[in-house]
Amino acid sequence: MAGKIVLCRCEDVTLADLEHSVSRGYRDIEEVKRYTGFGTGPCQGKECLAAVATQLALLTGQAPSAIPPFTSRPPLAPTPLRLLARDPGAYRFPDDPEGPDAPPESERKR
Amino acid sequence: MDEEEDTSRADVSGEVRLPATLEGAGPLPEAAEIVIVGGGVVGLSIAYHLAKGGLEDVVVVERGYLAEGASGRNGGGVRQQWSTELNIRLMQESVELCRRFAVDLGVNVWFRQGGYLFLARNAAEVARLEKNIALQNRCGVATRMLEPRQALEIVPELDLTGIVGASYNPTDGILFPWPFLWGYARQAASHGARIFTQTPVSGLEPQKAGGYVVHTARGAIRARRVINATGAWSPRLGAMIGVQIPTYPIRHEICSSEPLKPFLRPMVSELASGLYCSQSMRGEIVGGVTIPGHESTYGMGSTMQFLATYARRLVRLMPILGDIKILRQWAGPYDQSPDGNPILGAVPGHPDFFLACGFVGHGFMMAPIVGKLYGEWLTGGPPHEIFSRYTLGRFTDGSTPPHDKEDFNIG
Repeated sequence: MAGKIVLCRCEDVTLADLEHSVSRGYRDIEEVKRYTGFGTGPCQGKECLAAVATQLALLTGQAPSAIPPFTSRPPLAPTPLRLLARDPGAYRFPDDPEGPDAPPESERKR
Repeated sequence: MDEEEDTSRADVSGEVRLPATLEGAGPLPEAAEIVIVGGGVVGLSIAYHLAKGGLEDVVVVERGYLAEGASGRNGGGVRQQWSTELNIRLMQESVELCRRFAVDLGVNVWFRQGGYLFLARNAAEVARLEKNIALQNRCGVATRMLEPRQALEIVPELDLTGIVGASYNPTDGILFPWPFLWGYARQAASHGARIFTQTPVSGLEPQKAGGYVVHTARGAIRARRVINATGAWSPRLGAMIGVQIPTYPIRHEICSSEPLKPFLRPMVSELASGLYCSQSMRGEIVGGVTIPGHESTYGMGSTMQFLATYARRLVRLMPILGDIKILRQWAGPYDQSPDGNPILGAVPGHPDFFLACGFVGHGFMMAPIVGKLYGEWLTGGPPHEIFSRYTLGRFTDGSTPPHDKEDFNIG
């Protein structure tokens, strides 16, 4: 544990993990994300992306500006399914409960 | 390659320094026996099997980063519940290769055989499942029809309202897609194949004596043979030499939840909506839903409509999931073929141009066996029947009878 430098706290990704990824040829920030798992936890990279990108620039001898952020994915913050299910924009299949605002069946039973 | 070249599987510890799997920014080779265009799971599986089969000079060129296309965007399902005998038999072999993947390729792909549970909401769907099950049973796949209450024994969280039946095969499963690519890539490289990412192909130039010059953004490679493994982008590569490939891209969206303690054994799918979800070995609930009527597009944007539709259907089916949170959503392209089946083998009139495309969202699960069969064939073995059945020619010469259409491309 001594000397362990954590870059991504959600997924426990360390500087050594990043070095390992780079040594295998996985140097694109998108490849590093997948190979190490950094940025795939609850923060979705909001905490760790800059730290990883900075270290990646140092390790690969690139200018930090040459490393774009990985593609950010919606939703902006972790969002419960129950909340999303209320969105009126949902596609209605023929067997869906009728009515524009019909709640999910689970809530009707309550 | 130095003395520490990896032939063991020691790198899981992260302690042994290994040669890079990817070639990075170095120069392309001038010539290759086979150039595989597309570094997705299909291309890499073929590359691995060709290289392992002794073919030297195998080169893979990938337009973007590794896993940028559909191979890095899929749900990781692997099933044998199909509607044609050929696809069932192919997937039986693919499942076996998935089972052995960690041992054979030296990477843990978190393959887990928790089964696939398909849920029917009306009699027509039940009849469809029963017809498929009879065929699957004849092939030796132990799928069985369940009463709704039996489905509840497998997934107690289901709300059975409106469910009238289910099919269940316990040996279907899920895997974590990305390590599959790393495993194939690494072992292909260790057998001498060379993999170049960030190398888009800009042109194919047929040579009088056969073969092609493959022009890329990083230079040209003379190739005796070219394999088109570019998934949804296959028609574009074909068009470079006037080959019309009748597939088209359809965007499918997918999302992933926060990780949960393991509770969901099978992949659960609902025929009515194409809803599917499974729990990965990371604990996340990964799933999607098929909203009908979308136009063909290479766009990979995410929509609120998808998320709302998925949430609505999933919470209806498993109300207890209402409180779990979605962490991220993304999209990937299906390479949609007219009859639901892949397009393989050499192109009529272009004996050095081979296809491995048209997988309709199921290239990942078919890649293990298709790569193996391609490898056996192109290293001198006899061609498997897929190379005479799943030809490009079937769309123009009527060589495939209509009953071979695959109608079970769910989710």
